[in-house]
Amino acid sequence: MVTKVLKRTYILFLYVFLYAPIIMLALYSFNNSRTRGAWTGFTFKWYLAMFQDRQIMTSLYYSLIIGLVGAFIATFIGTLAAFGINSMKPLPRIATMNLTYLPVLNPDIVTGISFMLLFIFIKLRLGFLTLLLSHITFNIPYVILSVLPRVKQLDKNMYEAALDLGATPAFAFRKVILPEIMPGVIIGWLLAFTLSLDDFVISFFNTGSGVSTLSITIYSMARRGINPKINALSTLMFVCVLSLLVIVNIMMSRQKKGVKIKEETR
Amino acid sequence: MKKTWTAYPYILWMIIFTIVPLGLLLYFSFTVTSSTGTIFSLDNFRRFNQPIYLKVLFRSLKLAGVSTILCFALGYPAAMFLAGRDLKHRNTMVLLMVLPMWVNFLLRTYAWLTLLERKGLINTILGAIGLPSLSLLYNDFAVFLGMVYNFLPFMVLPIYSILSKIDRNLIEAAEDLGANPFLVFLKITFPLSIPGIISGITMVFMPAVTTFVISRLLGGGQYTLIGNLIEQQFLTVGDWNFGSAISTVMMAIILIGMGFASRYETEQEGSGLW
Repeated sequence: MVTKVLKRTYILFLYVFLYAPIIMLALYSFNNSRTRGAWTGFTFKWYLAMFQDRQIMTSLYYSLIIGLVGAFIATFIGTLAAFGINSMKPLPRIATMNLTYLPVLNPDIVTGISFMLLFIFIKLRLGFLTLLLSHITFNIPYVILSVLPRVKQLDKNMYEAALDLGATPAFAFRKVILPEIMPGVIIGWLLAFTLSLDDFVISFFNTGSGVSTLSITIYSMARRGINPKINALSTLMFVCVLSLLVIVNIMMSRQKKGVKIKEETR
Repeated sequence: MKKTWTAYPYILWMIIFTIVPLGLLLYFSFTVTSSTGTIFSLDNFRRFNQPIYLKVLFRSLKLAGVSTILCFALGYPAAMFLAGRDLKHRNTMVLLMVLPMWVNFLLRTYAWLTLLERKGLINTILGAIGLPSLSLLYNDFAVFLGMVYNFLPFMVLPIYSILSKIDRNLIEAAEDLGANPFLVFLKITFPLSIPGIISGITMVFMPAVTTFVISRLLGGGQYTLIGNLIEQQFLTVGDWNFGSAISTVMMAIILIGMGFASRYETEQEGSGLW
């Protein structure tokens, strides 16, 4: 009994440790006073100030554009690659998969710096384009890792049956293969989008000329000390990431259930 | 259906954006440029071999090492508790443990700024109960705290996933044969959880060695770890050759460490993120 209480207390302490800072951060975004120590009243003014802050709004715009466009391109290239990798012979497949894991394992700072060296070497000015290219590159592996299992499960006979029944390859792809792999593709896209929004280190080294993402803006503001506008922004981002995760999680568990049902009916 | 070609754009992309950049990094780290031209040289590595730089390296390794040990000491009991049999809402509790991993790590680090600073919450509370305020920010303590806070879930998760798969029969057999709980833990549970421990250590130690954000925000501008050194060489000093050499050393440490750790990670793929 005593050990049970001790265990509960310990785990409670850990959860408090993990969540207290985030909750305090969110609470202070509603605090009227600029000095954080005292609570002087409830206000939305920091949210208002945040939406009127040009720097924050521009970086939000860049974060979203790069996240959306980057995730789309990464999903396109990655999904195509998943088909190719699936039909490779073992040796080239292992080589390609190792290539896929390399950026996942390499420290972010090394990846970021190596991109920067490349862009400067080919005389591409650091800015929007370099940011987009680097985000696409670090996102593709995650797309492949989420689409590849789906492609492996594809039933070849279904596609061939469609062809036998007179479908053109494009039509058969759209009607037979695409619906099968779609959950993997969507999860891959969401993962890419989330990672892109979340990234700081790689963006930090590959941006320039006034182009900045939310992470970079937060970093440069945080270096100058506390600013309630960051609290407001953080709270909003926290809520967004949370909702995205809930969506991904629900989809993943549905996908797993779908696969299970299929296996059972076979 | 032969469609290997659909992977070609990807392979081409990865060669241009992964292989070539890493090649450039190696190229810069093994050359020096002077007025007479660019020549092959080990000077950059020799320069790194000086006490001031080695001190930074050892400091980073030490900080990351201590943070890893702290994460392990805090995380292992938590993982054991989560894997325990008598838990009602296990999935929710595991999810709660994992959730902070998905909050932007800059925000997680920034959150501590709010709590630790001179006029922050902790000092306000201390002041309210009549105690003198402490300087909690811009020292080793703050950096340790930031690291443990950021990386703790990465330690708990792999250990939990291994512990929850341990065959109950083994433990019951040991108990039937007269082992007390401590002996069961020492002889059965702990040895079986070693693969999880190793992957937890990798997942904490690697990012802890390379971080430059936690040390900058919580350690202040003067606080230099290996990540900060690399950042400085590229963004402030502009010595790419030396910066590349440090990056190469770091990449070697990480990839060798990963290779070593991956020998122990066999069947728990897919448990990495969730």
